[in-house]
Amino acid sequence: MNRELPTRPVPESTIVRPVIADCDIHPCLAKPSDILPYLSKRWQEHAMTYGMLPRHGYQSGPAYPKGQPDAARLDSWPPDGRPGSDLSFMQKQHLDTNKVELGIMTVIAPAAGAAQNLDYSAALARALNEWQVAEWTSKDSRLKASIVVPYEDGKAAAAEIDHWAGHKDFAQVLVLSRTAEPLGQRRYWPIYEAAQRAKLPIGVHAFGYGGYPVTAGGWPSYYIEEMVGHAQCCQSLLTSMVLEGVFERFPGTRMVLIEAGLAWLPSLGWRLDKHWARMRDETPHLKRKPTDYIKEHVWMTTQPMEEPEKRKHFHDIVEWIGIDRLLFATDYPHWDFDDPLWAVPVKLDDAARQALFLDNARSLYGAR
Amino acid sequence: MSLPAQGAIDCDLHPAVPGIASLVPYLDPQWADAVSQRGVHDLESTSYPLRAPLSSRPDWRIQGAKAGSDVAQLGKQALDGFGARAGILNCLYAVTTLFSEDMAAAFARAVNDWLAAEWLDRDPRLRASIVVPIQSPMLAAAEIERRAGDRRFVQVLLPCLSDQPLGRRSLWPIYEAAARHGLPIGIHAGSTYRHPVTPVGWPSYVTEDYVNQAQGFQTQLTSLVCEGVLSKFPNLKIVLIESGFTWLPAYLWRLHKYWRGLRMEIPWVDRPPPNIIRDQIRFTLQPVDAPVDGDALQRVLDQMGSDDLLLYSSDYPHWQFEGQDALPPRLPDSLRRKILIDNPLMTYPRIKEDFA
Repeated sequence: MNRELPTRPVPESTIVRPVIADCDIHPCLAKPSDILPYLSKRWQEHAMTYGMLPRHGYQSGPAYPKGQPDAARLDSWPPDGRPGSDLSFMQKQHLDTNKVELGIMTVIAPAAGAAQNLDYSAALARALNEWQVAEWTSKDSRLKASIVVPYEDGKAAAAEIDHWAGHKDFAQVLVLSRTAEPLGQRRYWPIYEAAQRAKLPIGVHAFGYGGYPVTAGGWPSYYIEEMVGHAQCCQSLLTSMVLEGVFERFPGTRMVLIEAGLAWLPSLGWRLDKHWARMRDETPHLKRKPTDYIKEHVWMTTQPMEEPEKRKHFHDIVEWIGIDRLLFATDYPHWDFDDPLWAVPVKLDDAARQALFLDNARSLYGAR
Repeated sequence: MSLPAQGAIDCDLHPAVPGIASLVPYLDPQWADAVSQRGVHDLESTSYPLRAPLSSRPDWRIQGAKAGSDVAQLGKQALDGFGARAGILNCLYAVTTLFSEDMAAAFARAVNDWLAAEWLDRDPRLRASIVVPIQSPMLAAAEIERRAGDRRFVQVLLPCLSDQPLGRRSLWPIYEAAARHGLPIGIHAGSTYRHPVTPVGWPSYVTEDYVNQAQGFQTQLTSLVCEGVLSKFPNLKIVLIESGFTWLPAYLWRLHKYWRGLRMEIPWVDRPPPNIIRDQIRFTLQPVDAPVDGDALQRVLDQMGSDDLLLYSSDYPHWQFEGQDALPPRLPDSLRRKILIDNPLMTYPRIKEDFA
């Protein structure tokens, strides 16, 4: 994806790059031990002796090897450390070059919320939050952090949200998509309650290790199946959020689905509406039809943006979802990075571009 | 007055096994004895609770018996009622959910023999899918061999969600046997509940279970493409039954994009996946998961990029539509004819032999 292809040379000086918000940037520890100073001695020892005990089989990586090292752009490796670990490199390669005015950081590795020892999960989440402030947001005001929470322990996650509520550097709460149970279920409700109290959106980023097969039909063989499958996982978790009544019970919930694509949302909504209507006495806690809740409570980041075979079909999707619900994201520094200049497969009008690339994120993350 | 599906082939009808006792005459003695000695229960799947609204339209229910258990009523309501000339029976009696391979094979044989004697022999318009014990690909292939000589069996039936993704190589003996006999593979909604019905854990509601079948089908399609089933058996047709289809365009766009980026992992997939899928995958019509009002469905049909993909189905006795609205409104005449007649005939060679 990031090998250089022969193209017509376009002088950089002739390219007009608009100011953007990037709603999915991945900062990373240069090396795992860099988090130790943010942990208490007890948890430093735990981290070094026992580690994460995640719900997958390898100590040092997933059982689906990525398409390339760290799933990162080959040009995103700083001279020292891993992609996303060096602020000045990120500034030069991405934030400055792509005119990022607002960058929402999503720390997905280490996946603190997926550690099975819930006390360690909470300690690691706190450490990562402090690290984000110390190493990132305090050094570059364009960057805003997402509160990493020990999401399998609803109460502890709520306490972590309460701890950071009101802090200007945190723009949302972050959970991963593949959880121990579907995200609408009541063990997670304290998270939504606390986020509503703190007036923060909930960002759900694709990935995580729930322990169940990553398809409902068992474990697939290939990384490509896992990657394509994130769209299905996110459809399932959104279905759960709607049918369990999370949006009815916590009407202040603003949910952002991150890195799961977007084009699947309309058809999921139609299917939900149809079958909810047939069996609505099963979910009497829902006062409105599923798409009403989705339209009011759900935003989506765009990367990896679907590319219809006939480009004009992209307009159908934007129209059905509503341009006001879409947030541009690059996924820097990952390999499937969407370049703000080229990623959108159709020409949008100026107002739509302004909304997609900047204003939607400003109003979602700024309104507190 | 012409009926809404005049001349159609209905590709998804559900005959109900009235109860476990109905199969006893068709079971080997060992398993016939087991039904009474061990008190084997009725093998109805959790996927379709008998009284749930989805499981049967009110006017298709039968007092004191399961909907879909009466051959004369099915012929009258599902075929005569819409003008269909033939229909395919997909029996969802859940033998694929048993853990014993031997028991599953025995009950699959019984279901198939019961279908032949009590349905196919009684209404010449009916055809059936071969129920197979997916628990053992070897025994499943043997059951295909055993029944394939009866050309009223026109397809091999698999559940959507089972132990392992359907593309996995250990299942290929099933595809090999089906391809050898020119039988399409039909994959029907439902789970054997080996894993949660969602990839993120167990759902709380029947509604949620059913909505999630569409995501299950999507991941199965990914598996069938990526493992190379469709490349290995280029003449094999696979029909997704009761899967919904409005999700297809968005799904294809994502799969295509990731194939461009990761095809080095699956080099045997040497054509764009949307092309492979349009050549070899078909979808039954119901449920039509799109609003009846507005032009959304028309736009989805355009996005699908082919008129060959949809096969008419009433999904009898499941409750997917009201009254005579078996087809969505405002279909162009040419597409309507393809869905009702041409596409089913192109998909099922054995039906074409008798009904073209």
